[in-house]
Amino acid sequence: MPVKLIEPGNDLSQAEWKLRTTRQQWLIWLGWLVGISLFLLCWKVISDNTMWVFVEDAPRQGADLLRRMMPPDWAYSERLWKPLWDTLNIATLGTLLGIIMAFPCAFLAARNTTPHPLIRSLALMIIVSSRSINSLIWAMLLVTILGPGILAGILAIALRSIGFVGKLLYEAIEEIHPTPVEAITATGASRMQVMSYAVLPQVMPAFAGISIYRWDINIRESTVLGLVGAGGIGLQLNAAINTLAWDRVSIIFILIFATVLVSEYISAKVRKAFI
Amino acid sequence: MTEHAERLQRAASGVWRRPPLIRDWRYRLALALAVLVYLVLASWSVEVNWTRVAEGASRGLNFLGAFLQPDFTSRWRDIQQGLLESLTMTLTSTVIGILLAIPVGIGAARNMAPLPIYLFCRSIIAISRTFQEVIIAILFVVMFGFGPLAGMITLAFATIGFMAKLLAEDIEDIDERQVEAIRATGGSWLQLMNYAVQPQVMPRLIGLSLYRLDINFRESAVIGIVGAGGIGATLNTSLSRYEYDTAAAVLLIIIGIVMMTEYLSGYVRKWVQ
Repeated sequence: MPVKLIEPGNDLSQAEWKLRTTRQQWLIWLGWLVGISLFLLCWKVISDNTMWVFVEDAPRQGADLLRRMMPPDWAYSERLWKPLWDTLNIATLGTLLGIIMAFPCAFLAARNTTPHPLIRSLALMIIVSSRSINSLIWAMLLVTILGPGILAGILAIALRSIGFVGKLLYEAIEEIHPTPVEAITATGASRMQVMSYAVLPQVMPAFAGISIYRWDINIRESTVLGLVGAGGIGLQLNAAINTLAWDRVSIIFILIFATVLVSEYISAKVRKAFI
Repeated sequence: MTEHAERLQRAASGVWRRPPLIRDWRYRLALALAVLVYLVLASWSVEVNWTRVAEGASRGLNFLGAFLQPDFTSRWRDIQQGLLESLTMTLTSTVIGILLAIPVGIGAARNMAPLPIYLFCRSIIAISRTFQEVIIAILFVVMFGFGPLAGMITLAFATIGFMAKLLAEDIEDIDERQVEAIRATGGSWLQLMNYAVQPQVMPRLIGLSLYRLDINFRESAVIGIVGAGGIGATLNTSLSRYEYDTAAAVLLIIIGIVMMTEYLSGYVRKWVQ
C-alpha cells in the first residue's frame, strides 16, 4: 500500500504520498541498471568492430556525397521508365500471387475454420516462416535458385506476402460474428457453403483492405529487390552505386520517393472506400 | 430502398443472389476490365528465361534438402560473429532510436507542439519512413565505412520514423482532461509531460518498442547485404558460395529468434497492459 493510512495517532500533515513502495522502487532501479549495462556492453561490441578513422571522416564524406548527388542527372530518367514498370509489375503480380496463396492458408490457420488442429499448426508455421524472412532475403535465395530476373522478384514478394496477409486475415476470420455462421449452419448448409455464405462476406472488406495495404508495402520493397539481382529499378540503383554515379542515384531516389507517395495515396483512398 | 425491396421479393420467390462487394455494376465491370488489361500487359512484358528456371529446379530441391540438414558447425564462427553483431546492433539501435523518437514524437503531436515544430518533426518522420532501410544503409555505409556502426545508425534512423509516428498519433488521442488537471495545479511543461501524458502513452510505447525490437532484428538480417554488418553478411557470403546448408542454418536461426521475440513480446505486452 503506497499510501500511509490516516489513523488517530497518525497526523495528517505527516502522511506522505509515494508513487511506489520501496521494494518496487529498488526493482525498477535494478532493471535500469541491468538494461543500461546491457546497452553499454552492446555498444562496446559495436565500437570494437568499427574503424573510427572512417567515422571521424563521416561529415566530410557526407558533404562530398551530397555535392556529387546534387544536380540530379535528369536526362537519365528517360531510361528509368521500363525498370519502373518492371518494379510495379513485381509488386502487383507478387501481391496477387501472394494473396492467392495466403487465402487458403488463413482459413486453415483460423481457429474457427480450421479442419484440424494439426493442419492449423502447419498453416501457422508457414505464416510465421514467411513473415520472419524479409523479401530481400527471399529474393537473394530465389536469384541463386532461379537466376536473376523479374520472376525471382515476383516470387520473393509473393512468398513474403503470404505471411503478412495470412496473419492479418486469419485474425480477421477469428474475430467474425458467430451468429451468421450459426444461421447458415441451421439451414443445413455444407461446410463449404457455410464458409462461402457466412464467413467470406464478413472478412471480404478486411481482406481487400489488407491486400491493398500489402500492395503498398510491396511497392516500397520491390524498389530495392534489384540490389540482389531480382529485377526492377533496384538494378539501375545498384549499377549507379557501383559506378559511383551519384547524380544518377539521386534521380532514382527521387523517382522511388514519388512512386511510394503515389502508391500510398492510392492505397489510402481504396482502403477508405472499402472500410 | 427499392433495390432492397426487390431483393427481398426475389428472395421470397426462391431466387436469391448474395450482394456483391462493389455495388455498382459499372464499377465492377470497369475494375474487371482494368485488371484484365493490366494482367495482359504485365505478363506480356515479364520476360522469363524458362531454360534457366528449369535448370534452377534441381537447385531448388537441393536447397529444400539443405533445410532438412542444416549445417550449423562448419561456419559456426562466421554465424556466431554475425549473430552477435546483429543482436548488439538491434538492441543499441532500438534504444537510441526510441530515445530520439520520443522528442520527435512529442513534436509531431498537434496538441502538444506549435505549428513550425510540428511540420519539422512530421517531415523527419516522412523522410525516415519513405526509404527502405537498405537504401539508407547504402548511404550510411558510404559515410561511416563498412561494419555494424553504419547498420546501427540506419536502424536507429528507421526506428525514429516508425516510433515517432505512432507515438505522435497516440499522444494526439490522449484524454485531455488529465492534461487540464495537471495544468490547473500549476505544473510546468515537463511535469505536464511526466504526469499527464507519459502515463497515458507508456503501455503502448513499451509494446511498440518491443515490436520495433523485433522488426530491427529482422531488418538487421537484411542490411548486411549492402555491407552494414550483422547476420545478413554471413547469409550473403554463404549464398554466394552456394553453401545452401549453411544458409539454411542461418535462416533457421533467424526464424527461431523472430519467433522467440514475438512470443516474448506478446507475453510482456500482456503483462504491461
